[in-house]
Amino acid sequence: MNLAVDLQLICFVVLGVAMIAAALGVVLLDRIVYSAFLLGGVFLSISGLYILLNADFVAAAQILVYVGAVNVLILFAIMLVNKQEDFTPLGNRWLRQGATAVVCGGLFILLATMVLATPWALDTTVVIENTVVQIGRHFFSDYLLPFELASVLLLMAMVGAIILARRDFVPEGIDPLTRQEALTLPERPRELAGTPSDPR
Amino acid sequence: MNSGIDLQGSFIQTLTEFGLPHDLARAFWIPLPMILVVIGAVVGVLVTVWLERKVSAAAQQRIGPEFAGPLGVLQPVADGLKLVFKEDLVPNKADPWLFTLGPVLVVIPVILSYLIVPFGQNLLITDLNVGIFLWISLSSIAPIGLLMAGYSSNNKYSLLGGLRAAAQSISYEIPLALAVLAVVMMSNSLSTIDIVEQQSGYGILGWNIWRQPVGFLIFWIAALAECERLPFDLPEAEEEIVAGYQTEYSGMRFALFYVGSYINLVLSALIVAILYLGGWEFPIPLDQLAGWLGVSETTPWLQVTTASLGIIMTILKAYLLVFLAVLLRWTLPRVRIDQLLDLGWKFLLPVALVNLLLTAALKLVFPFAFGG
Repeated sequence: MNLAVDLQLICFVVLGVAMIAAALGVVLLDRIVYSAFLLGGVFLSISGLYILLNADFVAAAQILVYVGAVNVLILFAIMLVNKQEDFTPLGNRWLRQGATAVVCGGLFILLATMVLATPWALDTTVVIENTVVQIGRHFFSDYLLPFELASVLLLMAMVGAIILARRDFVPEGIDPLTRQEALTLPERPRELAGTPSDPR
Repeated sequence: MNSGIDLQGSFIQTLTEFGLPHDLARAFWIPLPMILVVIGAVVGVLVTVWLERKVSAAAQQRIGPEFAGPLGVLQPVADGLKLVFKEDLVPNKADPWLFTLGPVLVVIPVILSYLIVPFGQNLLITDLNVGIFLWISLSSIAPIGLLMAGYSSNNKYSLLGGLRAAAQSISYEIPLALAVLAVVMMSNSLSTIDIVEQQSGYGILGWNIWRQPVGFLIFWIAALAECERLPFDLPEAEEEIVAGYQTEYSGMRFALFYVGSYINLVLSALIVAILYLGGWEFPIPLDQLAGWLGVSETTPWLQVTTASLGIIMTILKAYLLVFLAVLLRWTLPRVRIDQLLDLGWKFLLPVALVNLLLTAALKLVFPFAFGG
């Protein structure tokens, strides 16, 4: 046992405990803002685990994508909606919580037995020096199809988001009365951007 | 290959010669650069604050701080001491946990990013493979701290400021990353050392600013927006929303925001110097000069001179950029939020994409000049 191995073990225990505690906080806390912030903590701990596994690029990408983009957007949504509503506690709530606990516990036991039963093949080859180059090679050789599929999926999501955001586009030459039925989605009517407001 | 001065190697070697085990010697080395970086970052902030006060005074035809030390150089220290002794307030009905954690989350990633700033061939904390990408990803944590501060203050101006800060920094991160990507494509590596090495050899002519003029401008604008400096200081626009997310803060918690923003400014200037202005390189190629004069590369005095010149050059370039940023702050008006977002999404993003494509094309056509 030398210093580096000890340090690695300590880091692993600290990161693991932090991740599990934060994840439990995400699920169990009542206030949604706390859950969102703790979710950022979970993502950060996961990236710490990636660093322990020598996957430096994946760790940095994890922080950039999940903490910097996904979590910030979740927080944005929560803070912009900011709906104050007191939920009345339902009767027989313990039944739901008990059922959830049973399902989650069952999943946990299933995964735990799978982890223990699988004979994991340990990779004893030398540490990869330049992870970025390796990831790039894999993306453009044996993982080409999943990589391209993921990019197409992201492109579809982006196009969809733009269409949703630009829903207030008004085609010209259509009678405003017929347009009301034809082109609106079932939602609260709002002022159209870029068009003069209705005199009515 | 001549690796220059290796402080870590010689430190560990000295300690092992005293009979310490190698591991322990390494463990003794680890805190030294960290402490040095924190001290360096804080001193950098003090210098920047002084520069800001003096330049703003000059821009407004005042004298500026004068009585605290010669030319008022001790004024930032006095400011800092004042903030230390101020009462630490938490507003009523604010969330005390998030209120404390917000500024901490803003400062820590910025200081961590100093990990990858090189002042010479071996004068940096770690030469990571992911180098510059680590800086981009760490700087994306800061908006969470800003949102946290804005939300927990229980004040509408704070919330607005926090939301603006987060919106601004996620929109300008994309052109920033694309500008960096063009540089990375030329140097075939994310490591900051390799990026500077790729610019070396031809003195000032080899610097990336000549090959990436558009990228340099995009990066500088986006970096100013990330630092929330005027003309992009909408998150704390004092005429509209008091002081943004800092409104309710005082004492040390406010000082953390204050220090964090200035460290971020110095850090961005350092990164611009590394990416586009040749890092620690002298404007004339010193290695070749030494070769012409017949001085060997391994001469001790030459190594010490180049190393100290490297540190001086890096800091000089960074502070020239800081000076430019300060001058911009005191001479330009603020943009509106819609102008800011339009500039980011409708102008900088397409231009950065075109710049990236052009760099890739030029790299294929002229591999000798654009890193084949």
